[in-house]
Amino acid sequence: MVDNNQLLRFTTAGSVDDGKSTLIGRLLYDSKSIFEDQLEAIETTSKKKGHEGVDLALFTDGLRDEREQGITIDVAYRYFTTPKRKFIIADTPGHIQYTRNMVTGASTANAAIILVDARHGVIEQTKRHAFIASLLQIPHVIVCINKMDLVDYSEEAYNEVISQFEEFSSKLLVKDIRFIPISALLGDNVVNRSKNMDWYQGAPLLHTLETMHISSDINKVDARFPVQTVLRPQSDEFRDYRGYAGRMASGVLRKGDEITVMPSGFTSKIKSIDIFSGEVEEAFAPMSVSITLEDDIDISRGDMIVRSNNKPEAQQDIEVMLCWLNNSPAKPRAKYTIKHTSNEQKAMIKEVLYKIDINTLNRSSDDTDMAMNDISKVRIRTTKPLMVDPYRENRTTGSIILIDDATNETVAAGMVV
Amino acid sequence: MSKYYLNYLDELESEAIFVLREVWAQFQNPVILFSGGKDSIVVTHLARKAFYPSKIPFALMHVDTGHNFPETIKFRDDLIDSLGVQLIVGSVQESIDQGRVAEEKGKNATRNALQITTLLDAIESNRVDCAIGGGRRDEEKARAKERFFSHRDDFGQWDPKNQRPELWNLFNGQQFEGEHFRVFPISNWTEMDVWNYIKRENIQIPSLYFAHEREVVWRSNSWIPNSEFLKLDEGEEVVTKKIRFRTLGDITITGGIESDADTVEKIAQEVSAMRQTERGNRSDDKRSETAMEDRKKQGYF
Ligand SMILES: Nc1nc2c(ncn2[C@@H]2O[C@H](COP(=O)(O)OP(=O)(O)OP(=O)(O)O)[C@@H](O)[C@H]2O)c(=O)[nH]1
Ligand SMILES: [Mg+2]
Repeated sequence: MVDNNQLLRFTTAGSVDDGKSTLIGRLLYDSKSIFEDQLEAIETTSKKKGHEGVDLALFTDGLRDEREQGITIDVAYRYFTTPKRKFIIADTPGHIQYTRNMVTGASTANAAIILVDARHGVIEQTKRHAFIASLLQIPHVIVCINKMDLVDYSEEAYNEVISQFEEFSSKLLVKDIRFIPISALLGDNVVNRSKNMDWYQGAPLLHTLETMHISSDINKVDARFPVQTVLRPQSDEFRDYRGYAGRMASGVLRKGDEITVMPSGFTSKIKSIDIFSGEVEEAFAPMSVSITLEDDIDISRGDMIVRSNNKPEAQQDIEVMLCWLNNSPAKPRAKYTIKHTSNEQKAMIKEVLYKIDINTLNRSSDDTDMAMNDISKVRIRTTKPLMVDPYRENRTTGSIILIDDATNETVAAGMVV
Repeated sequence: MSKYYLNYLDELESEAIFVLREVWAQFQNPVILFSGGKDSIVVTHLARKAFYPSKIPFALMHVDTGHNFPETIKFRDDLIDSLGVQLIVGSVQESIDQGRVAEEKGKNATRNALQITTLLDAIESNRVDCAIGGGRRDEEKARAKERFFSHRDDFGQWDPKNQRPELWNLFNGQQFEGEHFRVFPISNWTEMDVWNYIKRENIQIPSLYFAHEREVVWRSNSWIPNSEFLKLDEGEEVVTKKIRFRTLGDITITGGIESDADTVEKIAQEVSAMRQTERGNRSDDKRSETAMEDRKKQGYF
């Protein structure tokens, strides 16, 4: 437990049938993270379905409908540990109809593995997922050029996909992109180095995941503490206790810090930072703590405690990149519930500034309808101010969702520009 | 390693506490579904931490099949006493007596499926709008698909093909009258994480988890405890073995494993070397390939 105590969350992405689930199965299998009874169950199912070997995708495709159709419908989460790191995998669907589930899995990832079928190269759905990954600011992207066994492990085929991808990704804001030629089905360059591709000098996938530098991914500068709830124990021992419970979204807060409560603007000092086992000197993301202040001020859920010399903007007109996730399109000027950290208000989409064409990344301001899977820049007006930071600086205080009160469904996800 | 960074157990703990506080803030009448097993014990421990120095602000709900390990019931009652929270019991026996459900017949009859009706009745009659569970995604392939905030319609059903998107940590608990949510704060924990956490936090767990001598019968690849509910088949014989349980469910369906692990340290060590999943010994999961998904769709835990 000494050196593998760091957690890496990664997601798969890429078009239908490019081999995402097979890759995860292969990764788990070759890293010996599969239990015997799981393997037996999958062998039985594979045989029943008439497969030659074991269908590795069945490790994640666990729903009845997924197995019948041979596709992934919703995200499956898998866990494994190596001597170097602990991993949480979100295996997401490639089918366009289930893009919202891909977004769900990708939103909390530190790294994305984008698969491309070496035979087909970069297609629209690859671009959509790569674009979503860049919008979500997933810090590390690994492009796996898969099914190399079907193109004779050809270096040319590999290079061709790289140049297609780079042509597209040059327009995206992704800092760290790497490429690996693999065969998910046969295991080349997944856990073990391929014997069929001597021309590839880089590391296999697992090694890349194990050694990627991730501790700089969290914003450690801007102290943001959204208040979830207020703790007021009714016991004699804690008669006057009033703790603001929440989880640090970013940055660091210390005992004695001068703070401002937003949006009210009241100021005070941190009296204590408490956890169950006692007081701590400081809180940093993503710690869950309870904070008490020197002064009795009115604070409730939805407020944010920040350091007085570093405040987010309290805004009522917010520009966001919005992904529409629902079958019924956006209704112009309709009211939605907006959720931002622990804050919940009503909101209206005032204006669609432009919509993005996924293939070209061009902006179109003529067609401003927002239907399922559309990605547009919009201006949202809220009933009360939200304390936002740009998403590229802060994934927690820069993200929102919209809920349709008529259905209670989450219909859109937005990133503050 | 940089200074401002949490090790994985602290990160998982913090995530679970965050989720529990969201539940308290978003729902009117949440309960913890308490089975007496290690996962619901860990969730209860996390709830203590989440609201400290306040008491856990919600009740514990136990669905009692009547086919219990006596140890589990004693453990439950002691815990309730020490926490000072309310206990709500939904009784499968009562559901049977009232004619809401009928006892299964035949050799492999259990009360496992009957719990669904009792659970949904208890949720409805207590006007519960959120039931917090100890389900983990690594337990089972249908559970691997579950959201943190998982919606149930007014028949208590899960629709795995049509789950709400769940982005970042923005949980949508909005619902209509009669619907409810299941929330899983330890979604991202593995069995190993749970044991490491129990060890680190020194959490009390029922003695059944530790190796002990017990009368058992060998049936479908595991040691089923002898009890008043067990009907012996021809050729089956009751023997005494040193065993322990990896999961706790009904006494009629929970199989034990032979083990000498009598401390949490030894259990953690044993679990890390296991080649079978913990639910591998649960006959309720073995009934069909999608047994868990099918039960969950109907409203199971
Ligand atoms: N020959 C070959 N076939 C592969 C490889 N990887 C995957 N496949 C096959 O491609 C098909 C689709 O694989 P999946 O893993 O289900 O694809 P997916 O990307 O998860 O698909 P969705 O989740 O539905 O988007 C299966 O028949 C796999 O066996 C590979 O490296 N080589
Ligand atoms: Mg798949």
